[in-house]
Parts: sequence; structure tokens; C-alpha cells
Amino acid sequence: MIEVNNLQKGFGDVKVLKGISATFHPGKTNLIIGQSGSGKTVFLKSLIGLHTPEEGTISFDGRINTKFTDLEKQQWRQEIGMVFQGSALFDSQTVEENVMFPLKMFTKKSHAEMLDRVNFVLKRVNLENSNKKLPAELSGGMQKRVAIARAIVMNPKYLFCDEPNSGLDPQTAIVIDNLINEITDEYKITTVINTHDMNSVMEIGEKIIFLKDGKKAWEGNSEDIFKTDNETVVDFVYSSNLFKKVREAYLNEKK
Amino acid sequence: MNYVEHIGKYFMMLRQIFKKPQRLKVFYQAIFKEIEDLGIKSMGIIMFISFFIGGVIALQTALNLDNPFIPESLIGFAAKRSIILEFAPTFCSIILAGKVGSYITSSIGTMRVTEQIDALEVMGINSLNYLVLPKIIATVVFYPFLVSLGIFLGIFGGWVSGVLSGLFSGTSYIEGVQLDFNPFLLTYAIIKTLIFAFLIATVPSYHGYYVKGGSIAVGRASTQSVVWTTILIVIANYFLTQMLLT
Repeated sequence: MIEVNNLQKGFGDVKVLKGISATFHPGKTNLIIGQSGSGKTVFLKSLIGLHTPEEGTISFDGRINTKFTDLEKQQWRQEIGMVFQGSALFDSQTVEENVMFPLKMFTKKSHAEMLDRVNFVLKRVNLENSNKKLPAELSGGMQKRVAIARAIVMNPKYLFCDEPNSGLDPQTAIVIDNLINEITDEYKITTVINTHDMNSVMEIGEKIIFLKDGKKAWEGNSEDIFKTDNETVVDFVYSSNLFKKVREAYLNEKK
Repeated sequence: MNYVEHIGKYFMMLRQIFKKPQRLKVFYQAIFKEIEDLGIKSMGIIMFISFFIGGVIALQTALNLDNPFIPESLIGFAAKRSIILEFAPTFCSIILAGKVGSYITSSIGTMRVTEQIDALEVMGINSLNYLVLPKIIATVVFYPFLVSLGIFLGIFGGWVSGVLSGLFSGTSYIEGVQLDFNPFLLTYAIIKTLIFAFLIATVPSYHGYYVKGGSIAVGRASTQSVVWTTILIVIANYFLTQMLLT
């Protein structure tokens, strides 16, 4: 479980996060949504320790990450899997080398054992027979799957995804969403996803946090988001006519 | 950011770089890869330039020493001194600063803007140590060899130019090369090369690692890194010459 308490972060005079508190439970897919510039990426980067909070705490199963010793911090990092917006695959390494990289750095497994594990996770993300390909030879969706495979290869307790389906076609985006959701449920991982893809919100949002101007403006799940009368959330989520109609249909059905 | 801040940040970076590698096996593999990328792949340009510049040095010395009272062997002597003292360590290092420096900045800078460095950090890897230390070791180990090759080919190029142009005889050139040979000059050249190799690995790494923005910023950082590495090599050259030869 991840507990965020009064998280504040700024850069120079600009205050980006203005006291966010939230709790993320294991086995749940948690979504952070909000407009561009609302502080989503800074929030996620603070969670994974790439930004140090100015105020507030982030605790991982009761352990506050800013109080870790160097050794504890390194151990904690191995419990984290991260899927970056642009996949962030090492472009000079093959798919197999990319996925094997954390195992090579942090385990004492033999090459055969590591290869078994790599093949297992690649199979899990439906990406077999691509071991020797370079990231540049893969489509955007395949790169995302490699990134997911690399993120889960160490059996993480916490999985973070920064806009995992940005730049993907709707069909592939749903495949990636479902894959993350399945993995979260299967391995009981605490997953936090940054997104502004409304399909993701409707499909996999077991818990949704809406950020506005660095503050938490709303919290609920994919069911609640249909019923909410919070104007800021409604304006953001139902900005397209299609989603407006979907919402109207949902509300009419409920009546 | 002012110069003092940059200098401070550079030394803070060095502190992060010089830590024990997290996985020695991976570290050794990275060193060999860097020797290939930063050293072996630069051999061609160093060999080519050294040979021709050596030839030009010998020709120009011959053309300027047309007094019949000056022995012809002085051409070989002057060419040898110029090549060992300045051309091979300094000129070759400036060439390497351009070729290798821009490669280091652009490769690390691209890793920064595509979040590959963030990915390393999230995994718990000391990215500076992982990315830069193998480069430092590769350049510091390999560049003395590269510069020694430059010295040999420069002197050889001088001999070839004399033989082909007929401006001086090959025998007198070799005589001049052997005349008053001081082994310390080679030590001096190697010491300079080691310092320059360190600058060639670290200054471009600094520019690449702390780049902010996108591809244009990476391009700009590459240019800046070449400029600053060259400036620092020239300044270091002055002080090293004063310390070691005066």
C-alpha cells in the first residue's frame, strides 16, 4: 500500500503540488488524471523518488521513502517497476537485453535462469520471438509491452506507468490497459497510472484521482465518474460529444 | 547558471561517478564496449591525420631551414620534438574532443531526454557511475596508446614526405629523430594525454547528463561540450607545460 500525505513540491517560485494526500491499495489499478500541467507527472516522479518532496510524506507499506538509508533505498527501488511515457528502452540493447538488464544488475542468477525469466515475462506480455530485435525495430505498442516486461521482471510490489498508451491506436491502447490491469490483479501489485486517456478511465479505473492545479480535486472510481456532479471533472472527462452521450446513456439507464 | 555553479556541479558529478560499480561483471563489459566505441573507432582518423600532419611539419621545417650552415638532420629533430611535445598529445586530443566529445554528449543527452537515465535511476542504478566511469577508464587507458600511435605515424609521415619530395634525405631525417633523444618527453606527452583523456570523457558527459529539453537542446549541448572540452584542453596544456617542462 502507498500512502501519500500532504505532498508538496515546487520548482523555484512555481508550486506544482500543493498538498496532495492519497492512498493506493495493492491489487488495484489507480489512475491519476488531470489536464496537462496539473502536476500528474511531478506527482508520479515524486512517488518513484525522482523528485524529493518539499513537504509531506510518501510511505510504502509503512516505510517513508525519504527516510531510507542508501541500502534501504536500493532495495526499495528493486520493488518498483516503471513504464515511462516513451517506453525508455535502452536503444543500444535488444529486447532480451533490455528485459534482462535489472536481473543482471541485481540478481546472481545464471544466464540460463535469467533467460528463462525473460522469456516468461515476454510471453506474459504476448511478445514472443522478438528477443533479438532492437527497440527501433518494434512498433510503439510492442515497445510498451517490452517496457512492461522490463518493469515486472523483478516481481515488483509497486508498478508506475506514465501515460502508458500515449501515441498508440485505440485498439493497442486497450490491449496495454488490459495487460496492466491483469498483471496488477495477478501479482497483487499496487499500480499507479498517469493518464488522460478517457478509455482507460472507463475501462480500468478502480480508483481515480483527479488533479487540478496541483491539488486533488476529486477521487472515485470508474462508476462514480459517471455520477459525479463535480463540474471540473465533468468538463474534463466529458469534453468530447461521444463521452457526453455515453454518460447520458448511462445515467438514463440508471434512472 | 553561472560558471561557479557549473564547476561545482561538475565536481559533484565526479563524486557520484567515482563510486564502486554495482555489478563488476557488467562494468567490465561496459569498459570493453567503450574502448571499442571511444578508442578503436577513433584509430582511423588519428592515424590518417597524424601521418599527414607529420608530413606537413617536416616539409614546412625543411622549407624554412634553407640555410646551408644548418644541418639537414635538424629537420628530423624539429619534427620529432613538435610531434611528441605538441602535435600528438594536444592536437590529437582536440580532434578526439570533437569526435568523441560530441558522441558522448549526444548519446548521454539522448538517454536523458528519452528518460533512459530516469529508467536507470528508478531501477536503483547510479546512472553516472554506470554511464561515465567506463568511459573515463576506456579513454584514460586507451588514449595513451592512440597518441603513441600518432607520434609514430607523425614521425613516419615526416620521413615519407622528405623521401617523396626530395627536400631532405631519409637518412638525415632518421639521424635527426635519433639525435638528443630525451625519454622524458614521451612521459610528458603521456601525462598530458591522461589529463586530456579525463577531460574528453567527463566534460562531454557533464553536458549530456544535465541537458534539458529535446533534440535541439542535445545538439546545442554537443556543440558546447566540444567548445568547452577544447578550451579546457588548451588551458590544461598551458599549465601542464609550465609545470612539467620549466
